[in-house]
Amino acid sequence: MHRVKVRIVEDALDANNTIARANRDDFDRHDVAVINLMSAPGAGKTTLLERALERPLGEGIRVGVLEGDVQGSYDATRIASLHVPVTQINTDAGFGGECHLDANMVRSALPSVPLADIDLLVIENVGNLVCPAEFRVGEDVRVMVAAITEGEDKPLKYPLMYRTCELVLVNKIDLLPHLEIDLEELLANIDDVNPGVETMVVSARTGEGVDEWRRWLAERVARRSAALTT
Amino acid sequence: MHELALAGAVIDTAERHAAGRRVLVVRLRCGELRQVVPDSLAFYFEHVAAGTLCEGAALEYEVVAASLACGGCGVSFALDGASFRCPACGGADVTVEAGNELEVESIEVEEPACTG
Repeated sequence: MHRVKVRIVEDALDANNTIARANRDDFDRHDVAVINLMSAPGAGKTTLLERALERPLGEGIRVGVLEGDVQGSYDATRIASLHVPVTQINTDAGFGGECHLDANMVRSALPSVPLADIDLLVIENVGNLVCPAEFRVGEDVRVMVAAITEGEDKPLKYPLMYRTCELVLVNKIDLLPHLEIDLEELLANIDDVNPGVETMVVSARTGEGVDEWRRWLAERVARRSAALTT
Repeated sequence: MHELALAGAVIDTAERHAAGRRVLVVRLRCGELRQVVPDSLAFYFEHVAAGTLCEGAALEYEVVAASLACGGCGVSFALDGASFRCPACGGADVTVEAGNELEVESIEVEEPACTG
């Protein structure tokens, strides 16, 4: 026996990214804009999604949701009550209880997603500030929710997640009077790790900023349609 | 905590290139921006490698320092603290030139001695 060196020079996530591209091809074929919504557990992803989808986003905009959770279908039940088509992925069922969605998990769920009948698919990732940032799933754009209860230092501790998003929803702003958090410092820290990133200060509870979030979602769908017709 | 998921991805990549041969060494280039903790990765690597071609393989690990470039003024700079803004002009149009890698650079595999 002897040793042989094999030069590889390959991104360890190449296999995931290849599947993500296949997902993206399917989304493109059906002209569906796709958002990967991420946050720490309990930051308010599902509630902000509920607030956004309580009323139609805009004329003719049909939305679907893919819910990622380690187990249970609590979030899917909440979304389904809004009469939005929702598909649940549980990462403990055959995926080893993963703390994030990867491209293959999304791929395996796609047959249950009515791509031909929707214009926007929101993929709500598993609540986690680290791992979801590593795995592309075929999305157009990444959005994260940062609750002010998490503290102003989180962008500095989890820059990987903050850097990968095009929009940061700063949620639970209704709690500001009750907390010692410095909102300006939080926003400055977000801008430090992802200079120029768009932020929206919102409250899923009071509805503050929700119209802006809804307009942003509608704009993503419009931008995609415009890109396809030009 | 993402080291578990990354260890799986590293092992899958190494196995694919090993083509059935036993893997003795996996060499990884990892950018500092990936926030990988080497000891944690090594721990999960050993654990996840059990029962694969990588079982017992050594994980060698090179950290690639972050290097950034400003699209506004053209300055290249190293990351100093948390800010990704250009230290020269304050611009936000900054690209990461190095430091985002998570690359299986090479592996060493065991090959039967040549008999011919």
